[in-house]
Amino acid sequence: MAKIIVVTSGKGGVGKTTTTAALGAALAQAGQNVCVVDFDVGLRNLDLIMGAERRVVYDLINVVQGDAKLTQALIRDKRLDTLALLPASQTRDKDALTDEGVARVIGELREKFDWVICDSPAGIERGATLAMRHADIAVVVTNPEVSSVRDSDRIIGLLDSKTERAEKGEHLEKHLILTRYDPGRAERGEMLKIEDVLEILSIPLLAVVPESEEVLKASNLGSPVTLNAPQSAPARAYIDAVRRLRGETVEMIVPSEKRSLLGKLFTRRAA
Amino acid sequence: MNLLSFLSRRGTAPVARERLQILLAHERTAFGNSDLVAVLREEILAVIAKHVAIDQDKVKITMERGNSVSTLEIDVELPKAVHQAA
Repeated sequence: MAKIIVVTSGKGGVGKTTTTAALGAALAQAGQNVCVVDFDVGLRNLDLIMGAERRVVYDLINVVQGDAKLTQALIRDKRLDTLALLPASQTRDKDALTDEGVARVIGELREKFDWVICDSPAGIERGATLAMRHADIAVVVTNPEVSSVRDSDRIIGLLDSKTERAEKGEHLEKHLILTRYDPGRAERGEMLKIEDVLEILSIPLLAVVPESEEVLKASNLGSPVTLNAPQSAPARAYIDAVRRLRGETVEMIVPSEKRSLLGKLFTRRAA
Repeated sequence: MNLLSFLSRRGTAPVARERLQILLAHERTAFGNSDLVAVLREEILAVIAKHVAIDQDKVKITMERGNSVSTLEIDVELPKAVHQAA
């Protein structure tokens, strides 16, 4: 039986799709059977970030509506054979997703995999609430920036009221992944600190992903950052996140890129 | 001059933090219990409307959630006719 994770944020452009791809790949790299599901119907992008955009034949809506079997729509990753993608439809709109259809597809996925990661669309409309509906674990992706924190707060409210677990009075695990964090700027008082965001949102921290060039490089190539640059700072943050999701206790650090001696000296003086 | 440079060194992040704390304290009461507040509002209004004609805009319902106690505040302004009758 799979654990269902929803990656959500409210605000767009904070790193939901990057996070979905990175967590999915990192779990698969650890030998787990993983399916990443794109719920952003009409604006799909997970296929592109995963480098599978030319292999999409059927999509989530085809499966929800019974036009294709789940096995026909799943795309096996070429690099990791325990990683699969269920893409969103690019043409139809969100109304084509029915509650019953989504419940059935999630039920089927639950049987097949160890982990199912649902990439939520931005916003708080139907697409976002459907993506979180059946989740056991919610990963809230937030940037250290006022509008992102505000929207995350709204999403946390929805997680506590609109999910199946919330309605049954069951516990829904919620975690925060803080992305695009710049320790130097936070230290200089130019950016919200980790503690600030945690105090405001009051959900446990899963990882801090530092601002890094590696994320764009990986997306240019269509390869999750944990696969494309496993030693990079963002990849290490996601790999640690996955270890925590699997129940390991891992010391919380903000990974940094390798620097020259001069760079290290400079950072120390600034800190 | 000293004060000015001190303030600018403090950075903009503390301002962001304060703005968020104030805003979210407000928004959480507005959205946090949106269903419950809406239901209570509707039912309470229906009860009052049975007995007096009330102006929907003259009713204020707020909910404040504390750590141990939450309060529901209902503020209904009754029309003049009711005062005179009472």
